Amino acid sequence: MKEVLKAVVNVFLKMPLGFMVTIKYFFRKPVTLDYPHKKRPMAPRYRGRHYLERYDDGTERCVCCGLCAAACPADAIYMEPEENEKGERRARIYEINLLRCIFCGFCEEACPEEAIFLGHEYEFSDYERSSFLWTKEQMLVQHPRKDNPFKRIYRRVRKAYGAPDKIS
Amino acid sequence: MSNTRKEMTLNMGPQHPSTHGVLRVVLELDGERVVKAEPVVGYLHTGIEKTMENKLYYKALPCTDRMDYLAPMSNNLGFCLAVEKLMEIEIPEKVKWARVCLAELTRINSHLVWLGTHALDLGAMSMLLYTFREREMILDIYEACGGQRMMTTYIRIGGLAHDLPPDFDKRVREIIKVIPERLVDYENLLTRNEIFINRTRNVAVISAEDAINYGLSGPMLRGSGVNHDLRKDNPYSGYENFDFEVALGQKGDAYDRYLLRLKEIRESLRIIEQAIDGMPEGPYLAHVPGVVLPPKEDILFKMESLIFHFKIITEGFKSPFGAVYQGIESPKGELGFYISSDGSNKPNRVRVRPPSFVNLAALPKLVEGGLFADVVCAIGSTDIVLGEVDR
Repeated sequence: MKEVLKAVVNVFLKMPLGFMVTIKYFFRKPVTLDYPHKKRPMAPRYRGRHYLERYDDGTERCVCCGLCAAACPADAIYMEPEENEKGERRARIYEINLLRCIFCGFCEEACPEEAIFLGHEYEFSDYERSSFLWTKEQMLVQHPRKDNPFKRIYRRVRKAYGAPDKIS
Repeated sequence: MSNTRKEMTLNMGPQHPSTHGVLRVVLELDGERVVKAEPVVGYLHTGIEKTMENKLYYKALPCTDRMDYLAPMSNNLGFCLAVEKLMEIEIPEKVKWARVCLAELTRINSHLVWLGTHALDLGAMSMLLYTFREREMILDIYEACGGQRMMTTYIRIGGLAHDLPPDFDKRVREIIKVIPERLVDYENLLTRNEIFINRTRNVAVISAEDAINYGLSGPMLRGSGVNHDLRKDNPYSGYENFDFEVALGQKGDAYDRYLLRLKEIRESLRIIEQAIDGMPEGPYLAHVPGVVLPPKEDILFKMESLIFHFKIITEGFKSPFGAVYQGIESPKGELGFYISSDGSNKPNRVRVRPPSFVNLAALPKLVEGGLFADVVCAIGSTDIVLGEVDR
């Protein structure tokens, strides 16, 4: 008898509290985003697609030292060196296999030249497997750059990491 | 040929939505009663333990994120503590407090997903949407800290990957403020809900004795009233400095475990508040040249740091000969890492003691003799993540 009474109290007095919760949120603003049309801003440290940075005069920062390939836990990076016209070392081939990449950001941390950076783009879907083998040309930032969106990210990342805001 | 067998064999999974992944359960049914249940695991086997043997210590870390993907920080913490024990690294105070704060956020994160999916299994659809809304706030903190929402790899050997983000304090305080209000909503929706009570009360019961004999840990063990919590019993990472209660159940049924996990969320919030209030100042990395990566800003301006940076990244660090075990209280139970080292720069063997796998072993005990429809409740209330079960 006591059990039945308890159940009756639950159904008629307590369960409407639950319905009130759903009704309350019915009149609230939705928390979701209209995704493909609206996108949420990513955090400064977000690890998305890779970029290869240049110096201000347009030469590549990457000297093909191989530290990023050594640090990569997924063995996704392949590179071969060459010398440019001034006799400086640079990468002839620099490939990242995005199918293997786990976006851990170790390459970014390993790079002593601050050449490779993980940007904020995250939409990679494609139809061909071959399109996920990214070459140096695809990852190098444009030169010359007018509005230079990358530099903004770069500054923000350095600020987020607490490093002095100096770009040579 | 006459079929004289009374029982019917039913194959549940591996593509069943309520098995939380790719778990297969072979059930012997007598009408609606479950006579025998046998969980079959291995469909998500990724060989993480074996992979870790072939990686340098710091490179094995991202593997741990991918085991219990609902609690990445706990896994990172367990592995890092084990390696730090092996290497005898002294950790700065700030790192300890920050790690506790992040580990407790992870506990809330994991419990929220559990609450949503468990209620969804039992027919309360809206819970999932509400809990994921709160989880989003925690994932935003992960993103601000480590740069990724699930595979954070934020806790590193010897400290953290970067310093805590500037608005960490503000975001965490918002969580401390918002989640208790939302917990009241959850309780209004579920705690007194007659349907939910009927589905969970006296379902999937396990006695304290059985729970100990099966080696259960975490909420599964405490739900039966056994007071065992590694945070209290064997404190790590500075948990002895925090004041909190260990939530306990009485009967050991699914409803008790539900109440217990809600209480754990509240206790976690208490720990987070203490951690954020008392967070000491200091470096975010231990200064151990040759073992811990120097901070990025040092690499740019100091020659010595650059040399160590090259050495650590290409060769890793040599570990002393020996073996360590470090267990932590992950949201699902005792997560242990056993690392045996042969003196080289790679672990000789890494063995993970996964809480989900051990807890899953008690599934036959939970469901046998009960109704077929309660199998879903039993699996849900065990709180398994198949990535961790199979590794």
